[in-house]
Amino acid sequence: MLDATGGMGGSTLPLVRLRGVRKAFSTGTVALEGLDLTIGAHEFVSLVGPSGCGKSTALRLIAGLGQPTQGRIEWPQGETLGDVGFVFQEPTLLPWATVFDNVWLPFRLRGQSRAQVQDEVMGALDMVGLAGFSHAYPRELSGGMKMRVSIARALVTRPKLLLMDEPFAALDEITRFKLNDDLLALWQDQRWTVVFVTHSVYESVYLSSRIVVMAARPGRVVADLAVDVPYPRDERFRTSGAYNGYCRLASDELHRAMGE
Amino acid sequence: MATVTGERVIESADDRPQATSGRTARILAPLTIGVALLLGWEWLVRANGIPPYILPAPSAVGAELVASWHTLWPSMLVTLKIAALALSAAIIGGGGLALLCSLSKWVELSLLPYAVVLQVTPVVSIAPLILIYVDNTLTAVVLCAWIVAFFPILSNTMLGLDSADHNLRNLFELYQASRWQTLRLLRMPSALPYFLGGLKIAGGLSLIGAVVAEYVAGTAGTGTGLAFRVLEAQYRLNIPRMFAGLLILALLGVAIYLTFSWLAWLLLHRWHESAVRREN
Ligand SMILES: Nc1ncnc2c1ncn2[C@@H]1O[C@H](COP(=O)(O)OP(=O)(O)OP(=O)(O)O)[C@@H](O)[C@H]1O
Ligand SMILES: [Mg+2]
Repeated sequence: MLDATGGMGGSTLPLVRLRGVRKAFSTGTVALEGLDLTIGAHEFVSLVGPSGCGKSTALRLIAGLGQPTQGRIEWPQGETLGDVGFVFQEPTLLPWATVFDNVWLPFRLRGQSRAQVQDEVMGALDMVGLAGFSHAYPRELSGGMKMRVSIARALVTRPKLLLMDEPFAALDEITRFKLNDDLLALWQDQRWTVVFVTHSVYESVYLSSRIVVMAARPGRVVADLAVDVPYPRDERFRTSGAYNGYCRLASDELHRAMGE
Repeated sequence: MATVTGERVIESADDRPQATSGRTARILAPLTIGVALLLGWEWLVRANGIPPYILPAPSAVGAELVASWHTLWPSMLVTLKIAALALSAAIIGGGGLALLCSLSKWVELSLLPYAVVLQVTPVVSIAPLILIYVDNTLTAVVLCAWIVAFFPILSNTMLGLDSADHNLRNLFELYQASRWQTLRLLRMPSALPYFLGGLKIAGGLSLIGAVVAEYVAGTAGTGTGLAFRVLEAQYRLNIPRMFAGLLILALLGVAIYLTFSWLAWLLLHRWHESAVRREN
């Protein structure tokens, strides 16, 4: 019963490996120090940790944005260059482009016309519940709506590796739960690898096959929990004993990471 | 109400009566001041019997404007042509150089200092030299106007091209966008508001440059521009005509400014903070 459909918990081939990564900024801030982290192919890994512990920095390094000051990032199966979806912590939309054109952007950069990918773009917008806003400009949207456009843009190309930085933090609970389920369904269907940053222990338990807890100053991994609950997971999982157990576990680790 | 789209809600929330009264006030207030000033001026001249060669009354200026329209109007077209040519050259030169600088640090390092030198040297002091070395007076005058107009476009566009959001740049890098794609789809749109701001300044400066150059060229040139007419009127002590010429110049400057403000609004009002009405 366990691990029936998940294929997780380090049993898969490693996709990317961070070894002794240190990242220091020109301001002198050391965001990461001796970070060791392996992400297996097809895993759903959540990164949790206190604010400022370097989660966003780690995500950017995995995406290849910037180089580590020390240490290495290895891709045992070859790099996934260009086949990465990234949801930034801020919506990061082109203010002069409509919602449709923003989601079209990844295709446009590959030379695909609007008409060619019309269905994909509208499908992604439909998934985040914004199909009726395809002609709106980002400034006409609420914070959560902008974030959903950004999510649609990351998903629309169906990338092998999906990196998400607190994508659902600005959303109401119902929308968040719906997008949680949509994301899980897509992940199972497409066999993606997801690295997901969140501040919510509950969300990380619901979604992930693995939870990585980080501590701050300097940013490093302090706990690595496998969530051995099979997929598909649904609303019933949220009220199960296993769910509560994992939440308690992850929460304890987080408290320890924050030095309490 | 709850099911209409965001755009509709914005429309129906528009406070029409207030918006209209605001617009009327914006036209009416300066108009009232203007009329009051003109009336005061007219009264001052008449009451004190000031002769027109010292201070002409507005009515005298108006009469002169009508009387010498057949010479002033073609002159205005000449000045407008000079300013337009200079501005076009400034857009191509300033915008083009900004693009080159953004593509190559070497171009920036080697050319920018000279652009700055050109900018800080007063055009009145270079104009006589240009008039000596360039045979064609029209070309020389356009060149002078170009020198003053191109720098705001250059510096504003350069600032704009570098002001693209860093996360958006990361996004383009992530999707392996080419240099050209990043320039066209990210950096140039980011630069547009800055470029248009530069254009508004450069539009006025190109007119000033044209006038200054024509003044320097003076009667030596074959000039028939508006500045030349003003100068000519001064020599002949035709002060009302000087005023008429200056009036047309001022109106021309305002028209140029309004044209570019309108252009900026047209291009930016859907997305840029500067042109979007604040609605809270
Ligand atoms: N561009 C930068 N320049 C200097 N310091 C930076 C920069 N980006 C991040 N930092 C620093 O690096 C540390 C980690 O930042 P990071 O954004 O990765 O934190 P985080 O874990 O994502 O926090 P949060 O949960 O609040 O988003 C912080 O102390 C921050 O001050
Ligand atoms: Mg962060």
